[in-house]
Amino acid sequence: MASITLEGLRKTYAGNVQAVKGVDLAVEDGEFVVLVGPSGCGKSTLLRMVAGLETISEGTLKIGDRVVNTLEPAERDIAMVFQNYALYPHMTVYQNLAYGLKNRGFKKPVIEERVQKAAKMLEIEDFLSRKPRNLSGGQRQRVAMGRALVREPAAFLFDEPLSNLDAKLRVQMRVEIRKLQRRLKTTSLYVTHDQLEAMTLGDRLVVLNGGLIEQVGTPMEIYARPASMFVAGFIGSPAMNMVPIEYLSSRGARELLVDLPPETDIVGIRPDDMRLSPPETPHLVVESTLELFEAAGAESHLYVRLAESEQPTVIRVSGQPPVNEGETLRFYVTREALHPFNSDTGQRTG
Amino acid sequence: MVERRPFLNILTHLVLIAGVLIVAFPVYVAFIASTHEPSAFVRGVLPLTPGDNLLESYGQMLNAGWQVGGTPPVWLMLGNSLIMALTIAIGKISISILSAFAIVYFRFPFRMLAFWIIFITLMLPVEVRIIPTYAVVANLGMLNSYAGLTLPLIASATATFLFRQFFMTVPEELMEASRVDGAGPMKFFKDILLPVSITNIAALFVIMFIYGWVQYLWPLLVTTDEDFYTIVLGIKRLMASSDRVPAWNLIMATVTLAMLPPVLVVLFMQKLFVKGLTETEK
Repeated sequence: MASITLEGLRKTYAGNVQAVKGVDLAVEDGEFVVLVGPSGCGKSTLLRMVAGLETISEGTLKIGDRVVNTLEPAERDIAMVFQNYALYPHMTVYQNLAYGLKNRGFKKPVIEERVQKAAKMLEIEDFLSRKPRNLSGGQRQRVAMGRALVREPAAFLFDEPLSNLDAKLRVQMRVEIRKLQRRLKTTSLYVTHDQLEAMTLGDRLVVLNGGLIEQVGTPMEIYARPASMFVAGFIGSPAMNMVPIEYLSSRGARELLVDLPPETDIVGIRPDDMRLSPPETPHLVVESTLELFEAAGAESHLYVRLAESEQPTVIRVSGQPPVNEGETLRFYVTREALHPFNSDTGQRTG
Repeated sequence: MVERRPFLNILTHLVLIAGVLIVAFPVYVAFIASTHEPSAFVRGVLPLTPGDNLLESYGQMLNAGWQVGGTPPVWLMLGNSLIMALTIAIGKISISILSAFAIVYFRFPFRMLAFWIIFITLMLPVEVRIIPTYAVVANLGMLNSYAGLTLPLIASATATFLFRQFFMTVPEELMEASRVDGAGPMKFFKDILLPVSITNIAALFVIMFIYGWVQYLWPLLVTTDEDFYTIVLGIKRLMASSDRVPAWNLIMATVTLAMLPPVLVVLFMQKLFVKGLTETEK
């Protein structure tokens, strides 16, 4: 087990394309850190640099106290789970698990013991003699995990390991990965583009955008106080609504908005912070026509349009309120629910 | 799928039977001819039932050859052909799979140049470069040797190209996973890439074995010693005996024997061969 330290990591491809533009990050021993961001944000490149599958253009990478910049992946004492599992198709499950140990010169009884242990933990004992093509997607996923597990490495690296599974299996495997990591306490870096996966799995999240870190923090910290408009829009579903401040102040709620930092020109409001009934505390009142009503079972999404904006504003309410499309609705927003941003810098202002 | 109708069934069977007859009839005639007297074939009416000369024809060709036509025993020529075809097939596959491995999995200067040079030689079959190749082989003193028979035919752009195309379809993660698992390049090649390519290797082996087996022009040039005659060359020499009635029974016996090894190779490797040509799922 070990910490992973990234200092000013950069990746520049031929043609001066920068995929990672200087990332500093310290993953503590035993911590589960999730790298999350949209496609092309450099998260996979970053993970592959840690794994040693991509060279590091600039910066220092340490696993434990060792600088591993130029070491081969096998010498870094890490194990990786790939998105398409990358199981060796001609080997049985047992051989797949044993291959890495065999290459490292472990004795047969040790290999046997470790494979059995990992197989038991992942409940794949019954398939040990099968070939990967005779397994279902979920089983392959377990085997891929098993291949990482048997090595008992200093760190696990996961590269979108759940994105090839169907929705139900994905939730199930997510829970299992979390439980497994808690039990083994192995430092883990996990890459995903799914913000829900990121929120539920990570001890800490690293939100990446355009090769740079936007924000680092626990899932709840990031959800409660997004540091930029990008993070605000990326974490949480449906995404946070952005409302220009002129629109709100023209609605006669100036006294609530005066204490916002002066550079604020746009505020973010979470869909569930717009209520249909007036709260006790001071609040804003917004009126708009209901464009679309979406019932999603336990909750409903109401789509309205504020301030002639292109993006509809989404409101999430629990249950199914008695509203009709085309009807004018009133929403109530408290001061605490406002996330102030500056739209030029994209940063949070207070 | 085409609908199942009795009429269509009959039609498809007729077409198939016609096709089989066209391919198989000459082979049958060759075999029948080998079982008759030498004169039976040139009498004008082809016999269609086996004669009684089978053991004699085959016995003579296998054991003694035909001294009048200057042909060594068939055993010797079959052996030579087998050595030649096997060396060419195995040599071609080994060299081309390694060069494809280098081109696909390694980044080195002039990699694409190397690939294009190999690729361009696709346009140069043996016949085009036969004179310079002969000169090289002769100067190296490789005339009348197995090395001379096989080496110049081993380099293969086709096989290199096919392996390259196949390797590019092998997911890159497989290589990355084996790197993480502590396998160096050659270990990855041996443990992962070779087993994954086995059906392609089998398909190429069949094709290359037959290519080596039917070589005529090259053995004709580099062998003058009877000990190195290949079977195809032997058949030609049997037929070329001028101012004499060709011994059709002996020729056809040799032809029949010459057909056996390729047929056996195809039969034994049929399953892998078909898989290699059709399988896409990896």
